[in-house]
Amino acid sequence: MLAIEVKNIAKNYHSVKSGKFVGLGKPYPENDTRSDSTSGVEGISFDVKAGEIFGIIGPDGAGKTTIFRLLTTLLLPDQGSARVNGFDIVDEYKSIRNCVGYMPGKFSLYQDLTVEENLNFFATVFNTTIEENYDLIKDIYQQIEPFKKRRAGKLSGGMKQKLALSCALIHKPDVLFLDEPTTGVDPVSRKEFWGMLKSLKKQGITILVSTPYMDEAGLCDRIALIQNGLFLKIDTPTNIISQYENKLWAVKSDTMHKLLLDLRNNELTSNCFAFGDKHHVSMNNTELTMDQLKEQLELLGHKNLEIKVIEPSIEDCFMQLSQK
Amino acid sequence: MEPIIKQNPNKVIIAENLTKKFGRFTAVDHISFEVERGEIFGFLGANGAGKTTAMRMLCGLSIPSSGTGTVAGFDIGSQTELVKKNIGYMSQKFSLYDDLKVWENIELFGGIYGMKEADIKQKTDELMHILNFEEERDLLVGSLPLGFKQKLAFSVSIFHNPQVVFLDEPTGGVDPITRRQFWELIYDATSRGITVFVTTHYMDEAEYCDRLSIMVDGRIEALDSPKNLKSQFNASNMDEVFQQLARKATRKAD
Repeated sequence: MLAIEVKNIAKNYHSVKSGKFVGLGKPYPENDTRSDSTSGVEGISFDVKAGEIFGIIGPDGAGKTTIFRLLTTLLLPDQGSARVNGFDIVDEYKSIRNCVGYMPGKFSLYQDLTVEENLNFFATVFNTTIEENYDLIKDIYQQIEPFKKRRAGKLSGGMKQKLALSCALIHKPDVLFLDEPTTGVDPVSRKEFWGMLKSLKKQGITILVSTPYMDEAGLCDRIALIQNGLFLKIDTPTNIISQYENKLWAVKSDTMHKLLLDLRNNELTSNCFAFGDKHHVSMNNTELTMDQLKEQLELLGHKNLEIKVIEPSIEDCFMQLSQK
Repeated sequence: MEPIIKQNPNKVIIAENLTKKFGRFTAVDHISFEVERGEIFGFLGANGAGKTTAMRMLCGLSIPSSGTGTVAGFDIGSQTELVKKNIGYMSQKFSLYDDLKVWENIELFGGIYGMKEADIKQKTDELMHILNFEEERDLLVGSLPLGFKQKLAFSVSIFHNPQVVFLDEPTGGVDPITRRQFWELIYDATSRGITVFVTTHYMDEAEYCDRLSIMVDGRIEALDSPKNLKSQFNASNMDEVFQQLARKATRKAD
């Protein structure tokens, strides 16, 4: 069964007045005084199977939030259609609101209510009680329960995140929408959060999650890479990696900044980017061997060169696809 | 007023037992370190470890409860206005005014830092050329894609040629290609002698720093080059180093 079904959906916020700036993610006309730079989506389609963790991965301004707002029935599409849990997002929006949980990117709980009051409020709105579905949120809520008398506005970022997730889950939704739950969160807390998602998946909840962190892609069953309102690719992380064109080498030397420039000037490399303590070089020429490249770089004065074949990461794939 | 350089002029930041307490809570707990001129210094730590508080003290926005420090040669306890004049600052959250045009933002910040009008004009032209922004000059900043904005914000933060620039998560949410172009701007700034003090949650970016400190529960638990830290913690990348250290945190702040 499909939990989410999206067909050719589009949403545009701006009427483009001047011919120069067409499409999304581009500057708006000069006389446009709006400062809200929310970007839309252009005719995207995808399916999410029941019980899947599906990730929408891309930078800020790519259109991730628009997809969430359309599917949670907070926005009407300009074109196309979508169904969530079998319900149409326009005609049957009330049924969708009953069976989905939504955690927006911006903290949206009541700051003046306590932790417990917020959770109780959301349970009541959905005609249920904290006790009824306590099992589902237990692991997450227990971490903030010692602070249940504290106002939500006074919580730290990590605790707010856990409270928001608990509130999104309290009515036992079939589909959970998480819009950038880990943005601005440190690597340790991010890992913990993904651990929580895994255990929710085990309880049969379908999860649509967005993130700008490419390293989180591997934790999803399937992902869509998004840029400027368009999907670049939809597949499992493993398949996307296996479809990477060109060979990819990691290169290291004593003078990394010079190495980057030298590799970029080399005609046989298609592109080169810094990746942590190495540079990733995409080779568009299959003739060039590693030894030859090493020789060329040594002539340019590089010492302690290390070159090895590596498997591309999702970030490598994203960069290759976004340059097409 | 002339800078009062007490110690080695090549040390752009000196912190000695810097401490900040809020009531009974010690946000920053006796941290000491030095940053050399032209260095890229990465300031890492989990949310709630005390990074922002420490950075606010170094920028002259918060007075230390105890301990001392100098930034660009000025005392962060008693010469806060001079500290502010000689540093640049950029964060992911606040960088530029969305409803001012690109050139208006530059003029505003140049003016605040006391630059002459003619200098601002000439440097604006140069900057627009370097960033390949000539066509965007008259656009409202709010209309620019995030990546553009962040590159512009960084350039504005060093427009008055500060001795040191503080970057608070400058690349959060930026696409992978622009993120790398951003770091090339950082390298370029350091080659002109500007010191860079940067926080990030991207561990691959930690590797681009000359040296790194990692804060845990208000204290600096490790400080060295990425290479030395990796060998010290027997890790293959900085993420592993970070995970090992940050998991020791007992503070349930964030």
